[in-house]
Amino acid sequence: MAKMNLLQAINSALDVAMAKNDKVSVFGEDVGHFGGVFRATSGLQEKYGRARCFNTPLVEQGIIGFANGLAAQGSLPVAEIQFGDYIFPAFDQIVNETAKFRYRSGNEFNVGGLTIRTPYGGGIHGGHYHSQSPEAYFAHTPGLKIVVPRNPYQAKGLLLSAIFDPNPVLFLEPKRLYRAAVGEVPEEEYTLPLGKAEVVQEGSDVTLVGWGAQIEVIERAVALAEKDGVSVEIVDLRSIQPWDADTVAESVMKTGRLVISQEAPHTMAFGSEVAATIQERCFLYLESPIMRASGLDTPYPLAHEKEYFSDHLKTYEAIKRSLNY
Amino acid sequence: MAKEKAPKTQVTSELTVIPPHAVNIPMFQLLKDDGTVHKGAKLPDIDKELALKMFSTMQFIRLLDERMFAAQRQGRISFYLSSLGEEAASIGSAAALKFEDMIMGQYREQGALAYRGFTVKQFMNQLFSNEQDLGKGRQMPVHYGCAALNFMTISSPLGTQIPQAAGYAYGQKQSGDKTCTLVYFGEGAASEGDFHAGLNMAAVFEVPAIFFCRNNGYAISTPASEQFAGDGIAPRATGYGMRAIRVDGNDILAVYQATQEARRLAVEENTPVLIEAMSYRMAGHSTSDDPTGYRTKDEEAQWRDKEPMVRFQKWLVAQGWITDEAAEQQMASHKEAVLAALKEAEKVPVPHVDEIISDVYDTPIPILHEQLETLKAHIRNYPDAYPATSERVK
Repeated sequence: MAKMNLLQAINSALDVAMAKNDKVSVFGEDVGHFGGVFRATSGLQEKYGRARCFNTPLVEQGIIGFANGLAAQGSLPVAEIQFGDYIFPAFDQIVNETAKFRYRSGNEFNVGGLTIRTPYGGGIHGGHYHSQSPEAYFAHTPGLKIVVPRNPYQAKGLLLSAIFDPNPVLFLEPKRLYRAAVGEVPEEEYTLPLGKAEVVQEGSDVTLVGWGAQIEVIERAVALAEKDGVSVEIVDLRSIQPWDADTVAESVMKTGRLVISQEAPHTMAFGSEVAATIQERCFLYLESPIMRASGLDTPYPLAHEKEYFSDHLKTYEAIKRSLNY
Repeated sequence: MAKEKAPKTQVTSELTVIPPHAVNIPMFQLLKDDGTVHKGAKLPDIDKELALKMFSTMQFIRLLDERMFAAQRQGRISFYLSSLGEEAASIGSAAALKFEDMIMGQYREQGALAYRGFTVKQFMNQLFSNEQDLGKGRQMPVHYGCAALNFMTISSPLGTQIPQAAGYAYGQKQSGDKTCTLVYFGEGAASEGDFHAGLNMAAVFEVPAIFFCRNNGYAISTPASEQFAGDGIAPRATGYGMRAIRVDGNDILAVYQATQEARRLAVEENTPVLIEAMSYRMAGHSTSDDPTGYRTKDEEAQWRDKEPMVRFQKWLVAQGWITDEAAEQQMASHKEAVLAALKEAEKVPVPHVDEIISDVYDTPIPILHEQLETLKAHIRNYPDAYPATSERVK
């Protein structure tokens, strides 16, 4: 075990994967010698050479198109999109190509070796274009797996699973926690399951569901609720697609209440899907409507970031609305 | 040849404006429109067996296109897309490759696939979306693909295969297996951002890829003159620091030789090449448009005189490798094979409904199993509404 922040955990996962299998390559804008704008790929070019860790031209649709071809050829590319906000030029390659490659060919070809890493989320004074949480756009596309880790330990284990999973994975990294989150992480290889949620804390009065950086927000809200004598169960989805409805439903059948806390704008955020599924599966167990704390339905603002953000206080208020309905 | 570096920028006190058509690329041609060889032209090393295989594939594709276009009009298949007039471009280029090289098509390169060995039965199974289709009946007609023949499955979005070819070729280069990727696209698709992305990356990474543009003059109804202001596609290679060849796409010998040289450069020198094959889409874009609405009969007639199959046949006859009678007989036997395969494929049922959830992921995720069971219960409830599958859902 070593103390690592989330970036170091990502870097360690990439290092382990590249050492294990020489078909793993890492590329994107500024990813080479510079090690990426956040330094997630630091030292990898020196260790594994320019052919396996390299800069690409500044063209997101090209990065993913290239990565699709490389994966179809049998390699295990880990492509970096510098910010989740800049993934949209590659939307066509991801949605129409990556996600449909296996299905459309009747399994003649696939890009299962592909992993796309990208930092997402706000809280870093990034304004419109360095703060977005785009997971719901992609969750609407069958064929992709989508993973969002909450801390360094989760990040390394989930990323290693993503890289070696036989399906394309979009791996969203909570950039707010890159350096802020520090924890014990094994230096060697280990994996955590995709598509499986984790009960982070057990409780009996209300279930709190979130993913990625929002788990930290939820934990702060729960601390406030606990002072009021409320017992909260926290579920980290970890994977958005496929998502673990069973674990959430089981928890809600126990607590009778569900609050979803999410960073993305309220309307059509992934929490909408969670709410719809859980009311279908747990209708007779619910003691109050499912509540959501989300970002506002506005572009992500700069000066009003605090006001916009679905922070611990808004989440705490959502818990109270659920309990006092 | 060592890799050519971009020249150093010269400094000058004279203001220089580069004219728009500074790069003027000639069109490489061996066979004139009448099938005779240009004086002094050096023909590719091509023997009788290879030449006749290329010709027979041209004939087969022409018949397949003609017959399946009609089948769509009769309502037997939903859609078709003919390569009439462009057979030399796809077949001549495919013939110049090694079998291990990857081909990525746009959608009008059935000739390349047939050359690789896709059987008439396999064509029909795809066109009828039946349970023997390698693609499991999931895509519209002509979206062929076959891993065993190193022919990547077609997707409808235009140009997406271009950066993918750069990536595929990068993997080939890393593996050291001395193969390349040839990717087809049209002059219309070359307006897509993916064209720029793919060519630029291929040039930067020095990958063994051949970018083969079929400039057939039209993107559905939009003529090339409304697609770009420059002199076609080939000069763009210069901007990417890439080699380029412009070839007469209706001259199969020239296409063959151009692609052979491109392959040599790609594989032996790890340098991508852009080929622009000048041709004419004698058919409509697909069964969904009527070319009389956007071009004249005169224009079509002019191109009929440059038609690739007749031109090649004239050369073959002059070589003494085939007679016009033998060519006609061969055409008749292709026709028989096409008609027989059509009738057979038509009777094969669509894939079992269970296939609706396979291949979304390597194994279906739990929600897909649930959705399939719900769907099957629904089909059992309303069997008449789902006649293609209900008999096999018990």
